[in-house]
Amino acid sequence: MTNEKNHILKEVTNSEYKWGFITDIEADEAPRGLSEDTVRFISAKKNEPEFLLEFRLKAFRKWKEMEQPQWAHLKIPTIDYQDIIYYSAPKKNKELSSLDEVDPVLLETFKKLGISLDEQKKLSGVAVDAVIDSVSVKTTFTETLSKQGIIFCSFSDAVQHHPDLIKQYMGSVVPYGDNYFAALNSAVFSDGSFCYIPKGVKCPVELSTYFRINAANTGQFERTLIIADEGAYVSYMEGCTAPQRDENQLHAAIVEIVAMKDAEVKYSTVQNWYPGDKNGLGGIFNFVTKRGICKGSNSKISWTQVETGSAITWKYPSCILLGDNSVGEFYSVAITNNHQQADTGSKMIHLGKNTKSTIISKGISAGFSNNSYRGLVKIAKNAVNSRNYSQCDSLLMGDKCGAHTWPYIKAENSSSIIEHEATTSKISEDQLFYCQQRGISTESAIGLIVNGYAKEVLNKLPMEFAVEAQKLLSISLEGSVG
Amino acid sequence: MKNNLNSFPLSDKFIHDFGVYQADIKRYDNEKIALCRDQAFEHFLKIGLPTRNLEDWKNTDLSEVYNESYNHFYHEFEKVEDIDKVFQCNVPHLNTIMLAMLNGRYVSKDEQLKVLPNGVIYGSFEAALQQYPDLVAKHYAKYADYTKNGFTAINTAMAQDGFFIYVPDGIEVKKPVQIVNVIHHEHNICIQTRNLIVLGKNAKLTLIHCDDSYNHQKSLSNTISEIVLGENASLDHYKMQNVNNDSTLINFAYFHMDANARLCSNGLSLNGGILKNNNYVKMNGEGSECNIYGLYLMDRKQHIDNLVYVEHLKPHCTSNELFKGIIDDSASAVFNGHVIVSKDAQKTNAFQSNKNILLTDKAKVNTKPFLEIYADDVKCSHGATVGQLDTEAMFYIRSRGISEHNAQMLLMYAFADEVIQKISIEALKHRLEDMVKKRLRGELSVCEQCVLHCSNPEKEYSFEIDLTKI
Repeated sequence: MTNEKNHILKEVTNSEYKWGFITDIEADEAPRGLSEDTVRFISAKKNEPEFLLEFRLKAFRKWKEMEQPQWAHLKIPTIDYQDIIYYSAPKKNKELSSLDEVDPVLLETFKKLGISLDEQKKLSGVAVDAVIDSVSVKTTFTETLSKQGIIFCSFSDAVQHHPDLIKQYMGSVVPYGDNYFAALNSAVFSDGSFCYIPKGVKCPVELSTYFRINAANTGQFERTLIIADEGAYVSYMEGCTAPQRDENQLHAAIVEIVAMKDAEVKYSTVQNWYPGDKNGLGGIFNFVTKRGICKGSNSKISWTQVETGSAITWKYPSCILLGDNSVGEFYSVAITNNHQQADTGSKMIHLGKNTKSTIISKGISAGFSNNSYRGLVKIAKNAVNSRNYSQCDSLLMGDKCGAHTWPYIKAENSSSIIEHEATTSKISEDQLFYCQQRGISTESAIGLIVNGYAKEVLNKLPMEFAVEAQKLLSISLEGSVG
Repeated sequence: MKNNLNSFPLSDKFIHDFGVYQADIKRYDNEKIALCRDQAFEHFLKIGLPTRNLEDWKNTDLSEVYNESYNHFYHEFEKVEDIDKVFQCNVPHLNTIMLAMLNGRYVSKDEQLKVLPNGVIYGSFEAALQQYPDLVAKHYAKYADYTKNGFTAINTAMAQDGFFIYVPDGIEVKKPVQIVNVIHHEHNICIQTRNLIVLGKNAKLTLIHCDDSYNHQKSLSNTISEIVLGENASLDHYKMQNVNNDSTLINFAYFHMDANARLCSNGLSLNGGILKNNNYVKMNGEGSECNIYGLYLMDRKQHIDNLVYVEHLKPHCTSNELFKGIIDDSASAVFNGHVIVSKDAQKTNAFQSNKNILLTDKAKVNTKPFLEIYADDVKCSHGATVGQLDTEAMFYIRSRGISEHNAQMLLMYAFADEVIQKISIEALKHRLEDMVKKRLRGELSVCEQCVLHCSNPEKEYSFEIDLTKI
């Protein structure tokens, strides 16, 4: 029994990263290193208005004064910020107006990933804003969406065509000096997605963007801004795969969400960047600042994430519940294997009356990995009758890994209720025995149990995503998930 | 590295006093302890007093305390002759061995250190330093890590007195030992107390430790207790805190447990200005078990910060924490729980629970129940809640004709009772039940009377049931 389990765990540990390949596209790169000149170069390259350059420079100056945070339960190798290329874009011959004009090598890449722009966009009803190395190559469905007044485009396009919206909302949720990585992103962000849903519009399709880090030694600094105006609804999906590479890559993204009165934003992520090999070599450093603000009353922001990749994850999707009766949700499955490290969780900051938040976090650690939940629930004095429920479970597979829970709970009024629960355990022998007794192999049994364990979160994913998420679960814990 | 040396009047005074009086402080030390004091002082110079920049001290603001001027107690000491005048403690029906401490100094009518025929030694820490230097040196500063925080460092360097209890192998101390530590001085004082409790193999002890104050002068007390539980030893530890609102109590209890040792610690905080209780439990042997309970009832501007740090180093250990609090007015409460299960500690069971009731909108709670786990075959859980009295339960009681006030009292009492029921000494349990009732009614105050000697006739709790309405 133990031997068999060891064998399975070994298989899990040895499973290879399946999405590792490098696409050969000539890149237009910024010189290595970071200085005010780099910031100006990026800004000029993107033909940005003056206010944006100012924003970048302010962020850069702030960043220079800051220190990389040390509080997370992570061992982060020293990052040489001067040894990173901060901008790289696939070279374009001309403006693209149809899929045929997209670089065939790129299309091939998408095919390997299982996203075929041409076929899938119609079949799945998904509008895909595919991002390869910082520049949006092709945005689909824009026309359909624009009929409803929805703006869904790359961040650079938004800067060119809707500078007023950018000026108004960029940095309003995550200020440029919010934290070290946010400041870095604010200074050098290259591209990302922008989404605006006008008043009363329910976005008819699920918006989606695929990120891929491509050119070697390129840090990717994405910036996403989603604004849902009064009564609007949007479900946004973000999915990532990255090619295998031995050198660590830095990824410091920012996602900002603004939900006005009665608006609802659902943000789903499947993150499967290269986690490094089984000896902990290489892999992506994923330092992301994600935050949404429920600005108006009755608004709702929901984060769902499946984190299986990256060598190091530092990510705390948060909700500021400013409007009365607003709702914040966070559902997460984080799997770490081999030498991966994850320090992830959520912050729920209750400011408005009758605000509600839910945190469901499921951590699975295997191999030599460390998986931490770190969260904050704060109920301010004026947030009367607020409610929070948090549940953080950890599953340990193997005796070399660690699972940690670091919740922070702050309550400042007497009419609110906060509940926090957490458990840590391994897959129980009883459950395994029960399954095996019914003729289910150990491997399938572990698969069943893990799937059941994560179900609560997987159920929250949009249909189109749930399939991929399950695929990723099985790859991450291959050999144990049937 | 960040320079942590924070200069405050208090730390300056510590540094100055150690420089001036160190010969006095070290007068009974053997070489080992003297060296220890020097090293601890060096560390204090490096780290200074803890500020809110440190994770464990984040939610407790001591800056006012640091800037206060205190009369400092080190070598000088006035003997209180007639200690009966100060201490008349007795819990009804509780037959205890009474040890008394006044302003951090052990006081006794007869000898400073008593040796019982069965080998049990108890009395003054300072006397133990003189008479049993090797025994003290064997344990001194071994468990209290002075590199981690300034209070432990400066206490290790400067503390002179406290209580000392030694229970040899196989001895069971039948009578509970009660320590009453009173702060009573005409000036604002700062005291540093050092306690050492050593339980040999199979030894058994019940310890009741009370902190009281008699007047309303400001005081700061920095107490370190090092408590060693030998193999299969058992300790019941009760701690009661009922001091005035200008008192700041900084408490560190370092428990070191060998195989199959059993610890039950129960902390009841009823009154106090700023209370910071730090419990460090190191489970260093297989099969040991610890239960740490806490109850805190805070009102006005009182502040309590409970830190419980449990380290599971060996397999088959169990730890269980339950902390409950009711916070009224503009009081604030902090709970820092931290369970570490090291990678060898398989088959660990660790449970952590913190429940709080907030009665007003000015009251605050900060709770951080941490789990840090490196072993896989474990069962660990934690839970934390912040809320208010259950409205449905309230309705149920009120619908039976009980006034709102009484219903509220009943529910609060029921909430607190879970912790009180863990007390295994019947007489003490009853006494505390009564104290908690009084405390909830706001009748328990810090006066000239010692907590355990409240001679007021006990009022029966009456429910104002209006029979005409039934």
